[in-house]
Amino acid sequence: MQTHTLVIVLLIFSSLAYYLGKKRAFKVAQGKIRNLHSLPSYYGLYAAMWCSLPALLILFLWKSFESTIITNLVVADLPAEIRAQGADRLNLIVNDIKNLVQGNITSGQIDTTLSAAAEHYANLQASGDAALTVLLLSLAVGASAMVLMRIKAHQRARNAVENILQGLLVICSSIAILTTIGILLSVLFESIRFFQTVPVSEFLFGLEWSPQTAIRADQVGSSGAFGAVPLFAGTLLISFIAMVVAVPIGLMSAIYLSEYAGPKVRATAKPLLEILAGIPTVVYGFFAALIVAPFIRNMGVSLGLDVASESALAAGLVMGIMIIPFVSSLSDDVINAVPQALRDGAYGLGATQSETIRKVIFPAALPGIVGGILLAVSRAIGETMIVVMAAGLSANLTANPLQAVTTVTVQIVTLLTGDQEFDSPKTLAAFALGLILFVVTLILNVIALTVVRKYREQYE
Amino acid sequence: MSKKASSYDDFFASRPRTIDLVKKGLAKRRAREKRFQLYGKLAIILGLIFLLTLFTSIVGNGYTAFMQTYVKLDISLDVDALAIDDPDNIQQLSTANYGGAVKAALRTMFPEVKSRSDKRALYSLISTGATYQLRDRVIRQPELIGQSITVWVPAADDLDMLMKGKIDRDVVQADRRMKDNQLVWVDKLISEERIKKRFNTGFFTSGDSRDPELAGIRGAVMGSLLTLIVTLALSFPIGVAAAVYLEEFAPQNKLTDVIEVNINNLAAVPSIVFGLLGLAVFINFFGMPRSAPVVGGLVLTLMTLPTIIIASRAALKSVPPSIREAALGIGASPMQTIIYHVLPLAMPGMLTGTIIGMAQALGESAPLLMIGMVAFIVDVPGNIFDPATVLPVQIYLWADSPERAFVERTSAAIMILLAFLITMNALAVILRKRFERRW
Repeated sequence: MQTHTLVIVLLIFSSLAYYLGKKRAFKVAQGKIRNLHSLPSYYGLYAAMWCSLPALLILFLWKSFESTIITNLVVADLPAEIRAQGADRLNLIVNDIKNLVQGNITSGQIDTTLSAAAEHYANLQASGDAALTVLLLSLAVGASAMVLMRIKAHQRARNAVENILQGLLVICSSIAILTTIGILLSVLFESIRFFQTVPVSEFLFGLEWSPQTAIRADQVGSSGAFGAVPLFAGTLLISFIAMVVAVPIGLMSAIYLSEYAGPKVRATAKPLLEILAGIPTVVYGFFAALIVAPFIRNMGVSLGLDVASESALAAGLVMGIMIIPFVSSLSDDVINAVPQALRDGAYGLGATQSETIRKVIFPAALPGIVGGILLAVSRAIGETMIVVMAAGLSANLTANPLQAVTTVTVQIVTLLTGDQEFDSPKTLAAFALGLILFVVTLILNVIALTVVRKYREQYE
Repeated sequence: MSKKASSYDDFFASRPRTIDLVKKGLAKRRAREKRFQLYGKLAIILGLIFLLTLFTSIVGNGYTAFMQTYVKLDISLDVDALAIDDPDNIQQLSTANYGGAVKAALRTMFPEVKSRSDKRALYSLISTGATYQLRDRVIRQPELIGQSITVWVPAADDLDMLMKGKIDRDVVQADRRMKDNQLVWVDKLISEERIKKRFNTGFFTSGDSRDPELAGIRGAVMGSLLTLIVTLALSFPIGVAAAVYLEEFAPQNKLTDVIEVNINNLAAVPSIVFGLLGLAVFINFFGMPRSAPVVGGLVLTLMTLPTIIIASRAALKSVPPSIREAALGIGASPMQTIIYHVLPLAMPGMLTGTIIGMAQALGESAPLLMIGMVAFIVDVPGNIFDPATVLPVQIYLWADSPERAFVERTSAAIMILLAFLITMNALAVILRKRFERRW
């Protein structure tokens, strides 16, 4: 049976179980609900849950691992000379077998072993599906029948249902932790494999980055150097330019909006600035590549400067524009949290408004503002689309904002969107870069969030 | 006045009085105050200028893409020209030589064009889409075979750009996409009123294409829609459930703390890292299909969950405790209190958060590049397992294309994307204004 028919059948079964459970509860109570511990619908719900949840769980698990299990079984049955061909060849063959099963186009000539393997694959799939259908349906019927038979007047059906519900809630909220663990494991495993071929010290401190690895030994110009320092430098350069744009503008507009602007100006300017935060980054990337980069280049040419067409300045500038609302709304929150008494005290001493802001409010809000800026930096470091579209690919180690630099995220994207086998050091390098990116942004976030929280508590 | 007092006065008169000191610095301080205010105004104005430049440049580049140049051709559909012998045979009809018929029509219009290279230049005025358009029409109406018909066919991208004023006629020929002889033919077509611009329906009804004049956003919009459906179906229930647990049931212990810190951190993890997770876990470990909206939806679910959880918790927090106490007081269990009383009151806030999360997901492209939704896909996806791309990735792909005509397509696609995003955000604002209660 197909998966979605199976799910629909299960749902029909469980609504049936609900109906039967409710009816049986009435019957057990001899028509008087007050004899029951819980409302009749809870008995129904309990039966329905037992009918559907275990079956759905098994279905989910089987579907998650089905292709892995079947592929392994099929590969194990392939003739030894095919299996001896190495991982990448084998991968191709497995792909061909899968394509054969689905009736798609295959890469090469189909011989008898392949078609036999495809048949084997299809057979396994079919028998797996049949076994699954039988198992799930009997499980659903069996479990709900068990529950239905055991319905008694004093059974605590509501508590049982609520316990199951609460269990589901716990599972949902632990997905956040699972995600973090998943991220860590996925980047860590591949990174470890990468560091087996390239030493950690070379990766972290090497000054040359050219991930083109030779496919044949006699190829020229494909040394495969994995020194990531130029990428870190490029990332920092672009993030620095972005912060130079975003911090003064964001901070000053937050100060103006929260301290000077009247309610009308505030009500129009604030949402308008927040639009900048809602614009997708790919749009900024297009804007940077199409409008800003040529503009800067022409300016540079007219000033007699040598500007690369994919200069760090263009990418950094546009990234700064993107981050303005981020800095401004975080600082706005922080400035508003400074108690009014501090302002009144300064005014009482005869300070002007700007003196109050600079000498009293700003120092009081500083920890919070620093936290906000750290969050913005972590955002700039992790920003991808703008730099992919507007920054270059050449890994120059330079501090000149008019030259092209490349960043960590750009390299991750270029390494993983090209076509090469998954195990080459080139693709694994992307995961190592991902690990660095994740760790650095995580540290920044943790620091920033602690600083902001401490600051909030100070005035509460 | 006594003598003593006057001696005091003398004493004070001998040193500067505070008020004078204050007055002396006043002008400077006022100027500084003015300057500070000016900086604030400048910052806001600068921000607004950036916004304005962004929008005007995109609209200015993109609005022309909603019109498309068409050329009127008189095509004779005789059996010999199409190289078929049996007009009733569908198989033959679909493989007939329509390209030849289009070219023949051009040749009869410009009999003076003789040399091979000139002919090729002439043919390149018409989009290759003309061939398919003709084929579809003939298959729909086989009775047209043997007749001569007049059709409007799409112009090639260079002619389209010329008609939209994006190719400068005054540039030297070598630097111009349209050569002099082509300009002469175009002028002749214009004088015969065989060229006109019409609303570009193809942009909304077709999938991606290598030819700018044939490329449309339908495939990308469908891909985005399917991806968002998966994202919404997973992230809304999971997000709400997680928020309910953390806000209403979770005991104050280490584990809860860890979960909370985790969620806040996940909200700030770069989106591309979620793409790496999707690639390593969903595609390589679970063997899910590449480029499929289902994987994109899963990755975006994990990415938007923190947003939804944080917003939902805020919504739950704003429901006053008296509601809970009242429900508990008449004998509801904690779970019943939440489900029947707290959740309905918190729902508008939760929905607002969800819409904002969805808007984020709709504009996201970096993680989707990692899981292969960046492939060139012509077909419009029909279900969540078909290979697909999404609107922002389509923009990225078009922005990378060298053809001049893709610039306006990209800008137009951006306008569509922004229109969707603005609608969603407006919906969130309306929802908040209409239904959010202040207690």
